[in-house]
Amino acid sequence: MTQHDVTFTVNGVPRTASVPSRRLLADALRHDLGLTGTHLGCEHGVCGSCTVLVDGRPMRSCLLFAVSVDGAEITTVEGCRAPDGGLGPVQQAFVDCHGLQCGFCTPGFVTTITAYLRENPEPTEEEAREAIGGNLCRCTGYQNIVKSVLRAAELQKES
Amino acid sequence: MKPSAFEYHRPETLDEALGVLAELGADGKVLAGGQSLVPMLNMRLAAPHHLVDINRLTDLARIDVTTDAVTVGAIARHADVEHSAHAERVLPLLRQALTHVAHPTIRNRGTTVGSIVHADPAGEMPSVLALLGGSVQLASASGNRVVPVDDFFLAPLESATRPGELATSVTFPIPARHTGSAWLEVSRRHGDYAMCGLGALVTLDEDLRIASARGTYVSMGPTPVTVDFTELVGGRSYDAADWSAAGKYASSVVDPEEDIHATAEYRRHLAGVLTGRALKAAAAHAVARTEVAA
Repeated sequence: MTQHDVTFTVNGVPRTASVPSRRLLADALRHDLGLTGTHLGCEHGVCGSCTVLVDGRPMRSCLLFAVSVDGAEITTVEGCRAPDGGLGPVQQAFVDCHGLQCGFCTPGFVTTITAYLRENPEPTEEEAREAIGGNLCRCTGYQNIVKSVLRAAELQKES
Repeated sequence: MKPSAFEYHRPETLDEALGVLAELGADGKVLAGGQSLVPMLNMRLAAPHHLVDINRLTDLARIDVTTDAVTVGAIARHADVEHSAHAERVLPLLRQALTHVAHPTIRNRGTTVGSIVHADPAGEMPSVLALLGGSVQLASASGNRVVPVDDFFLAPLESATRPGELATSVTFPIPARHTGSAWLEVSRRHGDYAMCGLGALVTLDEDLRIASARGTYVSMGPTPVTVDFTELVGGRSYDAADWSAAGKYASSVVDPEEDIHATAEYRRHLAGVLTGRALKAAAAHAVARTEVAA
Protein backbone atom coordinates (compact mmCIF):
# COMPACT_ATOMS: atom_id res chain seq x y z
CA MET A 1 0.00 0.00 0.00
CA THR A 2 1.28 3.45 -0.88
CA GLN A 3 2.65 5.47 2.01
CA HIS A 4 2.50 9.25 1.95
CA ASP A 5 4.83 11.61 3.74
CA VAL A 6 2.78 14.38 5.31
CA THR A 7 3.76 17.50 7.21
CA PHE A 8 1.51 19.47 9.54
CA THR A 9 2.02 22.31 11.93
CA VAL A 10 0.40 20.88 15.04
CA ASN A 11 -0.12 23.32 17.90
CA GLY A 12 2.59 25.51 16.42
CA VAL A 13 5.14 22.71 15.98
CA PRO A 14 6.05 21.24 12.56
CA ARG A 15 5.43 17.48 12.57
CA THR A 16 5.88 14.83 9.91
CA ALA A 17 4.51 11.34 9.51
CA SER A 18 4.38 8.58 6.93
CA VAL A 19 0.81 7.41 6.55
CA PRO A 20 -1.25 5.14 4.31
CA SER A 21 -3.98 6.80 2.20
CA ARG A 22 -6.75 5.61 4.45
CA ARG A 23 -5.28 7.07 7.67
CA LEU A 24 -7.84 9.40 9.24
CA LEU A 25 -6.46 12.66 10.59
CA ALA A 26 -7.69 11.65 14.06
CA ASP A 27 -5.66 8.43 13.91
CA ALA A 28 -2.63 10.25 12.53
CA LEU A 29 -2.73 12.62 15.50
CA ARG A 30 -3.22 9.84 18.03
CA HIS A 31 -1.11 6.99 16.66
CA ASP A 32 1.52 8.62 14.48
CA LEU A 33 2.07 11.80 16.50
CA GLY A 34 1.16 10.52 19.97
CA LEU A 35 -1.35 13.30 20.64
CA THR A 36 -4.03 11.25 22.38
CA GLY A 37 -6.06 14.24 23.56
CA THR A 38 -8.18 13.98 20.40
CA HIS A 39 -10.84 11.35 21.07
CA LEU A 40 -12.72 9.19 18.60
CA GLY A 41 -16.30 8.44 19.59
CA CYS A 42 -18.54 7.54 16.69
CA GLU A 43 -16.08 7.65 13.79
CA HIS A 44 -18.72 8.91 11.42
CA GLY A 45 -18.98 12.61 12.13
CA VAL A 46 -21.90 12.63 14.56
CA CYS A 47 -20.48 12.95 18.07
CA GLY A 48 -17.96 15.76 17.66
CA SER A 49 -15.39 14.31 20.11
CA CYS A 50 -12.63 14.33 17.48
CA THR A 51 -13.09 17.99 16.53
CA VAL A 52 -9.81 19.80 15.85
CA LEU A 53 -9.08 23.14 14.21
CA VAL A 54 -7.76 22.91 10.66
CA ASP A 55 -6.37 26.26 9.53
CA GLY A 56 -8.37 27.77 12.37
CA ARG A 57 -11.72 26.21 11.51
CA PRO A 58 -13.26 23.41 13.59
CA MET A 59 -13.57 20.17 11.61
CA ARG A 60 -14.20 16.50 12.37
CA SER A 61 -10.80 14.79 12.28
CA CYS A 62 -12.56 11.42 11.76
CA LEU A 63 -13.92 12.73 8.44
CA LEU A 64 -10.59 13.93 7.05
CA PHE A 65 -7.80 11.87 5.58
CA ALA A 66 -4.42 12.92 6.92
CA VAL A 67 -2.96 12.95 3.41
CA SER A 68 -5.74 15.27 2.21
CA VAL A 69 -4.85 18.00 4.73
CA ASP A 70 -1.09 17.70 4.19
CA GLY A 71 0.44 21.11 4.93
CA ALA A 72 -2.38 22.33 7.17
CA GLU A 73 -2.09 24.08 10.48
CA ILE A 74 -3.82 22.01 13.14
CA THR A 75 -4.84 22.84 16.68
CA THR A 76 -5.83 20.00 19.00
CA VAL A 77 -7.04 20.17 22.60
CA GLU A 78 -3.38 20.04 23.64
CA GLY A 79 -2.97 23.38 21.85
CA CYS A 80 -5.85 25.02 23.75
CA ARG A 81 -3.78 25.49 26.91
CA ALA A 82 -2.54 28.83 28.23
CA PRO A 83 0.82 30.14 26.95
CA ASP A 84 2.39 29.29 30.36
CA GLY A 85 1.33 25.65 29.97
CA GLY A 86 -1.57 25.91 32.44
CA LEU A 87 -5.23 25.55 31.60
CA GLY A 88 -6.55 27.70 28.78
CA PRO A 89 -9.69 29.80 29.38
CA VAL A 90 -12.08 27.19 27.96
CA GLN A 91 -10.43 24.40 29.96
CA GLN A 92 -10.51 26.53 33.14
CA ALA A 93 -14.21 27.29 32.55
CA PHE A 94 -14.98 23.56 32.37
CA VAL A 95 -13.26 23.11 35.74
CA ASP A 96 -15.07 26.10 37.27
CA CYS A 97 -18.51 25.03 36.05
CA HIS A 98 -18.21 21.26 36.42
CA GLY A 99 -18.58 21.06 32.64
CA LEU A 100 -17.34 17.48 32.43
CA GLN A 101 -17.88 14.18 34.16
CA CYS A 102 -16.18 11.28 32.37
CA GLY A 103 -14.37 13.75 30.10
CA PHE A 104 -14.43 11.68 26.93
CA CYS A 105 -16.25 14.30 24.85
CA THR A 106 -14.43 17.26 26.42
CA PRO A 107 -11.60 17.67 23.86
CA GLY A 108 -14.15 18.18 21.09
CA PHE A 109 -16.03 20.72 23.16
CA VAL A 110 -12.86 22.61 24.07
CA THR A 111 -11.70 22.96 20.46
CA THR A 112 -15.18 23.83 19.19
CA ILE A 113 -15.74 26.47 21.88
CA THR A 114 -12.23 27.92 21.47
CA ALA A 115 -12.91 28.57 17.78
CA TYR A 116 -16.46 29.77 18.43
CA LEU A 117 -15.43 32.41 20.97
CA ARG A 118 -13.01 33.89 18.45
CA GLU A 119 -15.99 34.49 16.16
CA ASN A 120 -18.41 35.53 18.87
CA PRO A 121 -16.60 36.58 22.08
CA GLU A 122 -19.81 37.46 23.95
CA PRO A 123 -22.43 34.82 23.20
CA THR A 124 -25.89 34.75 24.75
CA GLU A 125 -26.98 31.57 26.48
CA GLU A 126 -29.01 30.61 23.43
CA GLU A 127 -26.04 31.18 21.13
CA ALA A 128 -23.84 29.16 23.48
CA ARG A 129 -26.31 26.29 23.26
CA GLU A 130 -26.34 26.46 19.48
CA ALA A 131 -22.55 26.63 19.30
CA ILE A 132 -22.23 23.23 20.97
CA GLY A 133 -25.17 21.70 19.07
CA GLY A 134 -22.86 19.46 17.05
CA ASN A 135 -21.16 17.86 20.07
CA LEU A 136 -22.60 15.01 22.10
CA CYS A 137 -22.09 14.48 25.83
CA ARG A 138 -23.68 11.49 27.56
CA CYS A 139 -22.92 12.50 31.17
CA THR A 140 -23.64 16.10 31.95
CA GLY A 141 -27.01 16.90 30.43
CA TYR A 142 -25.29 19.92 28.81
CA GLN A 143 -26.40 22.54 31.36
CA ASN A 144 -22.94 22.92 32.83
CA ILE A 145 -21.33 22.90 29.40
CA VAL A 146 -23.51 25.84 28.37
CA LYS A 147 -22.41 27.59 31.58
CA SER A 148 -18.81 26.75 30.69
CA VAL A 149 -19.13 28.50 27.32
CA LEU A 150 -20.38 31.65 29.04
CA ARG A 151 -17.72 31.38 31.76
CA ALA A 152 -14.97 30.93 29.15
CA ALA A 153 -16.17 34.11 27.45
CA GLU A 154 -15.86 35.92 30.79
CA LEU A 155 -12.38 34.54 31.43
CA GLN A 156 -11.21 35.58 27.99
CA LYS A 157 -12.56 39.07 28.47
CA GLU A 158 -10.77 39.40 31.84
CA SER A 159 -7.41 38.29 30.49
CA MET B 1 -14.59 1.48 11.93
CA LYS B 2 -11.90 2.47 9.47
CA PRO B 3 -12.11 2.81 5.70
CA SER B 4 -10.83 0.03 3.43
CA ALA B 5 -7.54 0.67 1.71
CA PHE B 6 -7.62 2.75 -1.47
CA GLU B 7 -5.22 4.43 -3.84
CA TYR B 8 -5.09 8.17 -3.37
CA HIS B 9 -4.75 10.67 -6.23
CA ARG B 10 -4.25 14.37 -5.72
CA PRO B 11 -4.29 16.21 -9.05
CA GLU B 12 -3.02 19.79 -9.04
CA THR B 13 -4.95 20.98 -12.10
CA LEU B 14 -8.39 20.39 -13.57
CA ASP B 15 -6.92 18.77 -16.70
CA GLU B 16 -4.92 16.40 -14.57
CA ALA B 17 -8.01 15.55 -12.51
CA LEU B 18 -10.08 14.84 -15.62
CA GLY B 19 -7.27 12.69 -17.00
CA VAL B 20 -7.12 10.61 -13.82
CA LEU B 21 -10.92 10.28 -13.68
CA ALA B 22 -11.04 9.22 -17.35
CA GLU B 23 -8.41 6.57 -16.74
CA LEU B 24 -10.11 5.21 -13.60
CA GLY B 25 -13.66 5.26 -14.96
CA ALA B 26 -16.10 3.57 -12.57
CA ASP B 27 -13.26 2.69 -10.15
CA GLY B 28 -12.63 6.36 -9.32
CA LYS B 29 -14.54 8.35 -6.74
CA VAL B 30 -14.16 12.10 -6.29
CA LEU B 31 -13.26 13.35 -2.79
CA ALA B 32 -14.26 16.97 -2.16
CA GLY B 33 -15.35 17.85 1.40
CA GLY B 34 -15.99 14.20 2.22
CA GLN B 35 -18.56 14.92 4.91
CA SER B 36 -21.00 12.41 3.39
CA LEU B 37 -18.46 10.20 1.64
CA VAL B 38 -16.04 9.55 4.52
CA PRO B 39 -18.78 8.34 6.93
CA MET B 40 -19.80 5.86 4.22
CA LEU B 41 -16.19 4.75 3.84
CA ASN B 42 -15.69 4.48 7.62
CA MET B 43 -18.80 2.33 7.90
CA ARG B 44 -17.70 0.33 4.85
CA LEU B 45 -20.92 1.12 3.05
CA ALA B 46 -18.68 2.15 0.17
CA ALA B 47 -15.17 0.94 -0.69
CA PRO B 48 -13.91 2.63 -3.86
CA HIS B 49 -10.50 1.46 -5.11
CA HIS B 50 -9.38 4.98 -5.97
CA LEU B 51 -10.12 8.38 -4.45
CA VAL B 52 -9.43 11.49 -6.50
CA ASP B 53 -8.95 14.39 -4.09
CA ILE B 54 -9.94 17.67 -5.78
CA ASN B 55 -9.11 19.90 -2.81
CA ARG B 56 -5.99 21.28 -4.52
CA LEU B 57 -8.00 22.61 -7.48
CA THR B 58 -8.25 26.03 -5.87
CA ASP B 59 -9.85 27.59 -8.98
CA LEU B 60 -12.93 25.56 -8.05
CA ALA B 61 -13.29 27.35 -4.70
CA ARG B 62 -14.88 30.36 -6.41
CA ILE B 63 -18.30 31.79 -5.69
CA ASP B 64 -19.26 33.98 -8.66
CA VAL B 65 -22.15 36.38 -8.40
CA THR B 66 -23.58 37.94 -11.57
CA THR B 67 -26.86 39.75 -12.17
CA ASP B 68 -28.45 36.45 -13.20
CA ALA B 69 -27.01 33.78 -10.97
CA VAL B 70 -24.75 32.62 -8.18
CA THR B 71 -22.29 29.99 -9.40
CA VAL B 72 -20.57 27.91 -6.75
CA GLY B 73 -17.39 25.98 -7.51
CA ALA B 74 -16.79 22.38 -6.54
CA ILE B 75 -14.63 22.99 -3.49
CA ALA B 76 -16.40 26.07 -2.11
CA ARG B 77 -17.36 25.04 1.42
CA HIS B 78 -20.91 25.38 2.67
CA ALA B 79 -19.55 27.86 5.25
CA ASP B 80 -18.02 30.02 2.48
CA VAL B 81 -21.33 30.18 0.61
CA GLU B 82 -23.23 30.79 3.86
CA HIS B 83 -20.97 33.70 4.81
CA SER B 84 -20.71 35.26 1.36
CA ALA B 85 -22.34 38.67 1.85
CA HIS B 86 -22.54 39.14 -1.90
CA ALA B 87 -24.41 35.85 -2.45
CA GLU B 88 -26.73 36.50 0.48
CA ARG B 89 -27.69 39.93 -0.88
CA VAL B 90 -28.83 38.64 -4.27
CA LEU B 91 -30.03 35.20 -3.19
CA PRO B 92 -30.95 35.07 0.52
CA LEU B 93 -32.36 31.55 0.12
CA LEU B 94 -28.83 30.16 0.07
CA ARG B 95 -28.06 31.26 3.61
CA GLN B 96 -31.60 30.52 4.78
CA ALA B 97 -31.12 26.89 3.75
CA LEU B 98 -27.43 26.51 4.59
CA THR B 99 -27.91 27.27 8.28
CA HIS B 100 -29.91 24.03 8.37
CA VAL B 101 -27.18 21.91 6.76
CA ALA B 102 -25.78 19.72 9.57
CA HIS B 103 -23.63 21.73 12.03
CA PRO B 104 -21.12 24.56 11.49
CA THR B 105 -18.23 22.13 11.95
CA ILE B 106 -19.49 20.00 9.05
CA ARG B 107 -20.18 23.09 6.94
CA ASN B 108 -16.56 24.17 7.39
CA ARG B 109 -15.45 21.22 5.27
CA GLY B 110 -18.47 19.98 3.34
CA THR B 111 -19.08 21.48 -0.10
CA THR B 112 -22.31 22.71 -1.63
CA VAL B 113 -21.56 21.05 -4.97
CA GLY B 114 -20.67 17.79 -3.21
CA SER B 115 -23.95 17.69 -1.35
CA ILE B 116 -25.81 18.20 -4.62
CA VAL B 117 -23.87 15.44 -6.41
CA HIS B 118 -24.48 13.20 -3.37
CA ALA B 119 -28.20 13.60 -4.25
CA ASP B 120 -29.55 12.74 -0.80
CA PRO B 121 -33.28 13.60 -0.84
CA ALA B 122 -32.91 14.57 2.84
CA GLY B 123 -30.24 17.13 1.94
CA GLU B 124 -31.13 20.80 1.74
CA MET B 125 -29.00 21.93 -1.20
CA PRO B 126 -30.47 19.56 -3.84
CA SER B 127 -33.88 21.04 -3.03
CA VAL B 128 -32.54 24.60 -3.20
CA LEU B 129 -31.17 23.88 -6.68
CA ALA B 130 -34.51 22.34 -7.72
CA LEU B 131 -36.54 25.24 -6.33
CA LEU B 132 -34.45 27.78 -8.22
CA GLY B 133 -34.34 25.72 -11.42
CA GLY B 134 -30.56 25.65 -11.48
CA SER B 135 -28.06 23.49 -13.31
CA VAL B 136 -24.87 21.49 -12.78
CA GLN B 137 -21.72 21.90 -14.89
CA LEU B 138 -20.03 18.55 -15.56
CA ALA B 139 -16.56 18.28 -17.03
CA SER B 140 -14.75 15.24 -18.39
CA ALA B 141 -11.75 14.50 -20.56
CA SER B 142 -14.10 14.04 -23.52
CA GLY B 143 -16.01 17.29 -23.06
CA ASN B 144 -18.23 19.40 -20.85
CA ARG B 145 -21.98 19.45 -20.43
CA VAL B 146 -24.56 21.36 -18.44
CA VAL B 147 -27.35 19.34 -16.88
CA PRO B 148 -30.53 21.17 -15.82
CA VAL B 149 -31.69 20.23 -12.32
CA ASP B 150 -34.81 18.47 -13.61
CA ASP B 151 -32.57 15.91 -15.33
CA PHE B 152 -29.94 15.72 -12.59
CA PHE B 153 -31.52 13.88 -9.65
CA LEU B 154 -32.38 10.33 -10.72
CA ALA B 155 -32.98 8.45 -7.45
CA PRO B 156 -31.85 8.60 -3.81
CA LEU B 157 -28.04 9.07 -3.84
CA GLU B 158 -28.03 8.84 -7.62
CA SER B 159 -27.34 11.78 -9.92
CA ALA B 160 -26.75 12.10 -13.66
CA THR B 161 -22.98 12.37 -13.08
CA ARG B 162 -21.28 9.63 -15.12
CA PRO B 163 -18.04 7.80 -14.38
CA GLY B 164 -15.15 10.00 -15.46
CA GLU B 165 -17.12 13.19 -14.92
CA LEU B 166 -16.45 15.90 -12.37
CA ALA B 167 -19.10 18.39 -11.27
CA THR B 168 -17.08 21.58 -11.46
CA SER B 169 -19.80 24.00 -10.34
CA VAL B 170 -23.52 24.50 -9.83
CA THR B 171 -25.50 27.55 -10.91
CA PHE B 172 -28.32 28.94 -8.77
CA PRO B 173 -30.37 31.39 -10.87
CA ILE B 174 -31.48 34.57 -9.12
CA PRO B 175 -35.30 34.74 -9.13
CA ALA B 176 -37.34 37.60 -10.60
CA ARG B 177 -37.62 40.95 -8.80
CA HIS B 178 -40.05 41.14 -5.88
CA THR B 179 -39.35 37.56 -4.89
CA GLY B 180 -39.10 36.48 -1.27
CA SER B 181 -37.93 33.18 0.12
CA ALA B 182 -38.01 31.11 3.28
CA TRP B 183 -36.59 27.83 4.49
CA LEU B 184 -38.34 25.83 7.22
CA GLU B 185 -37.84 22.32 8.51
CA VAL B 186 -38.63 20.10 11.45
CA SER B 187 -36.01 17.66 12.72
CA ARG B 188 -35.69 15.70 15.96
CA ARG B 189 -32.67 17.79 16.96
CA HIS B 190 -31.15 20.90 15.39
CA GLY B 191 -28.72 19.78 12.69
CA ASP B 192 -30.31 16.36 12.20
CA TYR B 193 -31.83 15.32 8.90
CA ALA B 194 -35.23 16.93 8.56
CA MET B 195 -38.35 14.76 8.88
CA CYS B 196 -39.84 17.33 6.55
CA GLY B 197 -38.52 20.61 5.25
CA LEU B 198 -39.11 22.99 2.41
CA GLY B 199 -37.85 26.06 0.68
CA ALA B 200 -40.53 28.49 -0.52
CA LEU B 201 -40.38 31.19 -3.19
CA VAL B 202 -43.12 33.77 -3.60
CA THR B 203 -42.98 36.41 -6.36
CA LEU B 204 -45.22 39.49 -6.16
CA ASP B 205 -46.31 41.86 -8.92
CA GLU B 206 -46.08 45.67 -8.77
CA ASP B 207 -49.30 45.82 -6.71
CA LEU B 208 -48.05 43.26 -4.18
CA ARG B 209 -50.31 40.54 -5.57
CA ILE B 210 -48.99 37.03 -5.81
CA ALA B 211 -47.54 36.33 -9.26
CA SER B 212 -46.15 32.90 -8.40
CA ALA B 213 -45.65 30.66 -5.37
CA ARG B 214 -43.90 27.34 -5.10
CA GLY B 215 -42.11 25.10 -2.66
CA THR B 216 -39.51 22.33 -2.90
CA TYR B 217 -39.45 19.67 -0.20
CA VAL B 218 -36.78 17.53 1.43
CA SER B 219 -37.46 14.02 2.73
CA MET B 220 -40.75 13.87 0.83
CA GLY B 221 -39.74 11.58 -2.03
CA PRO B 222 -36.79 9.86 -3.73
CA THR B 223 -35.61 13.19 -5.17
CA PRO B 224 -36.50 16.84 -4.40
CA VAL B 225 -40.26 17.37 -4.80
CA THR B 226 -41.51 20.71 -6.15
CA VAL B 227 -45.12 21.82 -5.80
CA ASP B 228 -46.52 24.88 -7.60
CA PHE B 229 -49.18 26.83 -5.67
CA THR B 230 -49.65 29.66 -8.17
CA GLU B 231 -53.09 28.46 -9.30
CA LEU B 232 -54.29 28.29 -5.71
CA VAL B 233 -53.05 31.64 -4.44
CA GLY B 234 -52.09 33.63 -7.56
CA GLY B 235 -53.64 37.07 -8.04
CA ARG B 236 -54.40 37.53 -4.34
CA SER B 237 -52.80 40.28 -2.32
CA TYR B 238 -49.78 39.00 -0.40
CA ASP B 239 -51.64 39.42 2.91
CA ALA B 240 -54.97 37.96 1.77
CA ALA B 241 -53.84 34.59 0.41
CA ASP B 242 -55.23 31.40 1.92
CA TRP B 243 -51.91 29.84 2.93
CA SER B 244 -53.56 27.09 4.94
CA ALA B 245 -55.38 25.93 1.78
CA ALA B 246 -51.97 25.76 0.11
CA GLY B 247 -50.78 23.67 3.06
CA LYS B 248 -53.71 21.26 2.70
CA TYR B 249 -52.98 20.94 -0.99
CA ALA B 250 -49.32 20.21 -0.28
CA SER B 251 -50.12 17.42 2.17
CA SER B 252 -52.48 15.87 -0.37
CA VAL B 253 -49.86 15.71 -3.14
CA VAL B 254 -46.66 14.69 -1.32
CA ASP B 255 -45.98 10.99 -0.92
CA PRO B 256 -43.34 10.52 1.80
CA GLU B 257 -41.94 7.21 3.05
CA GLU B 258 -42.08 6.18 6.66
CA ASP B 259 -39.00 5.38 8.71
CA ILE B 260 -37.89 5.08 12.34
CA HIS B 261 -38.07 8.86 12.81
CA ALA B 262 -41.56 9.58 11.51
CA THR B 263 -44.58 7.91 9.93
CA ALA B 264 -45.61 8.89 6.42
CA GLU B 265 -48.78 10.40 7.84
CA TYR B 266 -46.85 12.60 10.27
CA ARG B 267 -44.56 13.74 7.46
CA ARG B 268 -47.59 14.66 5.35
CA HIS B 269 -48.96 16.61 8.30
CA LEU B 270 -45.65 18.45 8.68
CA ALA B 271 -45.64 19.26 4.96
CA GLY B 272 -49.05 20.91 5.34
CA VAL B 273 -48.18 22.99 8.37
CA LEU B 274 -44.71 24.00 7.16
CA THR B 275 -46.00 24.89 3.68
CA GLY B 276 -48.47 27.41 5.08
CA ARG B 277 -45.84 28.97 7.31
CA ALA B 278 -43.08 29.02 4.70
CA LEU B 279 -45.19 30.56 1.94
CA LYS B 280 -46.46 33.22 4.33
CA ALA B 281 -42.90 33.99 5.45
CA ALA B 282 -41.67 34.10 1.84
CA ALA B 283 -44.46 36.55 0.90
CA ALA B 284 -43.55 38.79 3.86
CA HIS B 285 -39.90 38.55 2.83
CA ALA B 286 -40.83 39.59 -0.73
CA VAL B 287 -42.59 42.68 0.62
CA ALA B 288 -39.64 43.54 2.86
CA ARG B 289 -37.19 43.18 -0.04
CA THR B 290 -39.44 45.26 -2.30
CA GLU B 291 -39.51 48.03 0.32
CA VAL B 292 -35.74 47.94 0.72
CA ALA B 293 -35.30 48.19 -3.04
CA ALA B 294 -37.78 51.09 -3.33
